[in-house]
Amino acid sequence: MTVDRTAAAAAPPVKNTAAPAAPRRRRNWAPAFFLLPFFIPFILFTLVPVGYAFYQSLLKTERTGGTFGRKTTVFAGFEQYKEVLGDPEFLGSVGRVVLFGLVQIPLMLLLALTLALLLDSTVARLKRFFRIAYFVPYGIPGVIAALMWAFLYDPRLSPVVELLDQVGSAPDFLGSSMMLWSIGNIVTWTYTGYNMLIIYAALQAVPGDIYEAARMDGASEAKIAWRIKIPILRPALMLTGVFSIIGTLQLFTEPQVLRSISTSVTSTYTPNLAAYSLASSDNYSEAAAMSVTLALATFVLSFGFLKFTGRKAES
Amino acid sequence: MSLLTDTAGAHAPAPASKTASRGPRESRLSVAVATGFLAVIAVYMLLPVFWLIVSATKSQGDLVDTFGLWFSDMHLIDNLRALFAKQDGVFVPWLLNSLLYAGAGAAVGTLLSAMAGYALAKYRFRGREFLFSVVLGGVLVPATALALPLFLLFAKVGATNTFWAVFLPSIVSPFGVYLSRIFAAASVPDELLEAARIDGSGELRTFFTMAVRLMSPAMVTIFLFQFVVIWNNFLLPLVMLQDDRLYPVTLGLFTWQSQVSRDPSLQILSLTGSLVSVVPIVITFLVLQRYWKAGLAAGAVKS
Repeated sequence: MTVDRTAAAAAPPVKNTAAPAAPRRRRNWAPAFFLLPFFIPFILFTLVPVGYAFYQSLLKTERTGGTFGRKTTVFAGFEQYKEVLGDPEFLGSVGRVVLFGLVQIPLMLLLALTLALLLDSTVARLKRFFRIAYFVPYGIPGVIAALMWAFLYDPRLSPVVELLDQVGSAPDFLGSSMMLWSIGNIVTWTYTGYNMLIIYAALQAVPGDIYEAARMDGASEAKIAWRIKIPILRPALMLTGVFSIIGTLQLFTEPQVLRSISTSVTSTYTPNLAAYSLASSDNYSEAAAMSVTLALATFVLSFGFLKFTGRKAES
Repeated sequence: MSLLTDTAGAHAPAPASKTASRGPRESRLSVAVATGFLAVIAVYMLLPVFWLIVSATKSQGDLVDTFGLWFSDMHLIDNLRALFAKQDGVFVPWLLNSLLYAGAGAAVGTLLSAMAGYALAKYRFRGREFLFSVVLGGVLVPATALALPLFLLFAKVGATNTFWAVFLPSIVSPFGVYLSRIFAAASVPDELLEAARIDGSGELRTFFTMAVRLMSPAMVTIFLFQFVVIWNNFLLPLVMLQDDRLYPVTLGLFTWQSQVSRDPSLQILSLTGSLVSVVPIVITFLVLQRYWKAGLAAGAVKS
């Protein structure tokens, strides 16, 4: 941060007797020049759409004069929100992603944390190879990851199903009872390495002599991990936690791709799919209300998560 | 599963040569358990990729009839030829579009983020913290929530189904501004800026010649991050584009995959296309991984 700027501003007059006030005046336009190129598109393509979605969500389309009458758009207040919050399919989709998040996020972050700790420890071998191997899936676009796994789930094509069938019997990965966890597997596969890297990078930033001192005091590797490393990792874990929550509530790509090969994924499988389906049937107002509800929920959950984990840190 | 046994064998000579010099006293057992676990996870991470490579070398018939995890008759060249010929060679523009959306979008986005982050870190002005809070709020607004309203807004000005409809929203990266601010605060010393000012360097020149150099590790991180985000963005091009000549490669492959029931040959083509489209991005990643890590550390530690 730049609290010391005042000190710096006070310094020039001493050294620079020629034009003491000049730097300050010259600097006034500079922040604006640096900020505007970002803020103009930020306002146009982020803030305005948010505002517009909200505005759109307060409208509704009515037909005057029967089914074939003219369509008019009228102000409807929060009517669309009542519609959205009373829609069992939408609520079902929210419940589905919440269940997904409660199971998948802890599993994925636990795996990422374990991998990062092992790669940072002295017990593992071939660490460089493993680090690169784990990061490969993140480089594969979500659509293509989902396409690949769709094949690996398909009993007619999949060598994995074939192998599992030889051992015992493979579950029906594309059936409605397994589908959510099949998607969970794709997400875990894609993002574990990325999360691991964030955690690992935070570990690497810790000076090694802390561990040295702990080892001299006779602490075991496991104890060092538990007592020193994990507390240090709190900010990194919070960051990965928030990104995972946002990603989960916004699930779209994977279910949308699997929809083309399995009927288990309905058009309202996740909240985002539901909004997309509504918009493709031209019901923009209700779709907007869904998007706004979802964005608000995301906001509240990620803020709540930060507050919750932050409070636990203090106590 | 061969990888597992390979690596289990591979680490056996290691304790003799390495643990002696590395000091701490781990038992052979804990080394074997830890490395074995890492190897199992590596198999999980790499198996689908290996399967994709194997599949892209097969004919459509062999794809269904032969075991998926091993090669049969080599058909890769034929598949590639068919891939680049399909629909008058539409695959090439798809690849170029992706590179343009992601490459140019990330480059412009990184520059804008670096400038804004630098200003937020290095200048004091009224409303600075407010602006930063708005940017942080922007980090939490999911890109998918913006796609539909963006479509409606672009439709109002008649700009849907254009290159700009996908490109312009992609250059905005609030997360990039957040990382830039942290990094500029940490890596660009105030004394240096003061010195540049005294020497008569303009604010712009100071930024472009000095600050950019100091911030370059963070800028590589932001570039890569933004590149992946744009490359992966699926919903925005899906709602914006109708003309398949404007598609990024991911959307193109998705449309092929969803037409497989009508044209079965698209199955092997979408697999081959997936492999081809993944190769450049994986290579870029592996090459730039060092910088990427360094920048991430700054973001993760300071958040």
